[in-house]
Amino acid sequence: MSLKPKTNWELIKNGMFGENTIFRMAISLCPSIAVTNGMKNGMALGIAVVFVQTMVNATVSLMRNFIHPKIRIPIFMLIIAGYVTIIDLLMATYARPIYKEIGLYIQIIVAFASIFARAEVFANKNKVVSSVCDGLGMGIGFLLAMLVISFFRELLGKGELFGYSIISGNPLLIMILPTGGFLAVGLLMGFFNWIDMRFFGGKGASGV
Amino acid sequence: MGIDWVKLFELVVSSALINNFVFTMFLGLCIFFGVSKKMETAVGMSITFTAVMVVSAALSWVVYTFIMVPLDLGFLKIIVFIGIVAAFVQSADIIMKKVSPTMYYKLGVYLALITTNCIIIAVPLKNAGEHYNFFESMAFALGSGIGFGLALIIMASIREKLEVADVPAPFRGLPISFILASLIALAFTGFSGLITL
Repeated sequence: MSLKPKTNWELIKNGMFGENTIFRMAISLCPSIAVTNGMKNGMALGIAVVFVQTMVNATVSLMRNFIHPKIRIPIFMLIIAGYVTIIDLLMATYARPIYKEIGLYIQIIVAFASIFARAEVFANKNKVVSSVCDGLGMGIGFLLAMLVISFFRELLGKGELFGYSIISGNPLLIMILPTGGFLAVGLLMGFFNWIDMRFFGGKGASGV
Repeated sequence: MGIDWVKLFELVVSSALINNFVFTMFLGLCIFFGVSKKMETAVGMSITFTAVMVVSAALSWVVYTFIMVPLDLGFLKIIVFIGIVAAFVQSADIIMKKVSPTMYYKLGVYLALITTNCIIIAVPLKNAGEHYNFFESMAFALGSGIGFGLALIIMASIREKLEVADVPAPFRGLPISFILASLIALAFTGFSGLITL
């Protein structure tokens, strides 16, 4: 993370590609496998994360001068939990069928490292507008990653996209199983690393 | 309250093997990939994790059953549970530092990581959702902890071997670990149907 101020567009782009939560930073991996067996579920969770990330960043940024540094961690936790509860209740009311499948993972957003990390390293030190842009970029980056993974898993595993049949014939059942989730993420991560190394001279994702 | 030992045993086995949190519910992956590089850290993490899991599940169960249900505050459970876990982890950290510094230097690092682990919040939420009684909640938490530890130790033992393997450059580090995890997950699907609850 460079110290010179970035324009808002640069911040959004950084979240989407440069510091993409799943493929570059490799945090908040749990949902990337759990809910990507269909594009609908992946998109629903992605949208929830965009909402929570943006609102948390905005709130933390607004309150950054009032929060005592010693107790900031519990306060951030409570802010995140508040917004997660909002989206949880909203989804439970208006998107009942999807909520039945991914409800647990919506609630789990509260323990996402990525949201907490952005509040801590970015929103806590920056103005509201740039924090919102940062949150938006990070959220959209997460959403994109979810869509890419679920695209391959649903297409290969069920021969469908968004529930509409695309390919006929026997699908690769393995892609829908838990195994397929790990496999898809591993292969895609390797692929993006390859692109990064081949065309941008990068060193690959921040390998743990 | 009579204790149904058979049911409890089934719960432990099913949450450790059949519904293993890492391989079938995909929770706690950040930590799973983060600390499975070395056997020693993996063992330390599993011990700390199982202990914290059982205690925080007990605390959450008590608060949920005796405070939140009578007052009809179920919708606040996310905020309350994360608060309980965070507070418990923080106090365990402080107490351990004071009472047993040697243990603190061994396991203290893992304590800080635990708050950001999805499993620790998923277990109380699931306990509340399934209306488990106190002993069932404990059994479920214990089984989940053991399952997570098992996953960590299997993964760590493979990754230690992986250090000397010749992996293609773009796949070094995380991507190959994901593919490994996928193979272990395939093995774990063999447990499904072992016990039906």
